[in-house]
Amino acid sequence: MEKEKYIQDLREIKEIMDRSSKFISLSGLSGIAAGIIALAGSWIAYRYIYTESDFYGYHVVALSSDTLMSLLGLGAVVLIVAVSAGIFFTAMKAKKTKHKIWNSQAKRLLINLSIPLVTGGLLSLIFLSRGFIGIIAPITLIFYGLALVNASKYTHEEIRSLGIIEIALGLISAYFIGFGLLFWAIGFGLLHIVYGIIMHSRYGS
Amino acid sequence: MKDILKDLNKAFENKLRLGIMSALLVNDFLDFNALKEILDATDGNLASHLKTLEKKGYVTYIKEFLDRKPNTKYMVTESGKEAFLKHLKAIENLLK
Repeated sequence: MEKEKYIQDLREIKEIMDRSSKFISLSGLSGIAAGIIALAGSWIAYRYIYTESDFYGYHVVALSSDTLMSLLGLGAVVLIVAVSAGIFFTAMKAKKTKHKIWNSQAKRLLINLSIPLVTGGLLSLIFLSRGFIGIIAPITLIFYGLALVNASKYTHEEIRSLGIIEIALGLISAYFIGFGLLFWAIGFGLLHIVYGIIMHSRYGS
Repeated sequence: MKDILKDLNKAFENKLRLGIMSALLVNDFLDFNALKEILDATDGNLASHLKTLEKKGYVTYIKEFLDRKPNTKYMVTESGKEAFLKHLKAIENLLK
């Protein structure tokens, strides 16, 4: 049938448009893994910070510079492990679908993700060096959200709403300074797991 | 029915040419190797179909040097975009 051929054509056009302009190998498992690692990291940080304070009393925490350095180290390890896991599952998916993981679409995605992300990271370090610890959680969440919104044009569209939620969460956490770790666990842990499951069910892994 | 068939463009009947146009329409430009990877085509096949689209005036290119290696960037022309969208519209009407 002629019609069948044209339906097939349309399907192919859409598929090529997606494949040529977006990075579609992004795996849902990457999000789930990153989320679990972030939750584990938050839990360790929580134990670390609150271990000596009175459980029933107010959680007034004074971070010594030693503790701060350990937390920074923990943060760096969590970041590296989470990103590695993300790359691993995405590479697996690219291999399965016979796409290259490093192509012009991936490059475009990464550049657009990096601009807000690096800005936020540097800003956090500057504030940290001045001792404004409470502001770090809102800044990282907000800039991460902005990075996702910016990069979402070049990958699955769900990333855009994830970015918007992260921004909102960051703004709320800016109001409730002192609950940074909780907001971090929600933003980088819980949301990644939820979105990972959604992406996994929609696009496979 | 006759009118709809008239709007279908022979230039886009070929699978690879349809692919080239689809990819170029959503990208500002793509170089030869990127097109090759996206469409999973051979050098000769891709080059000959690009040539056909060039002759029709649907596709244009600029040659540049990247690290002293020649690099050809392909893009759709205004008339190419128009022709392709018209073709898509015709397919849609046909399927109504």
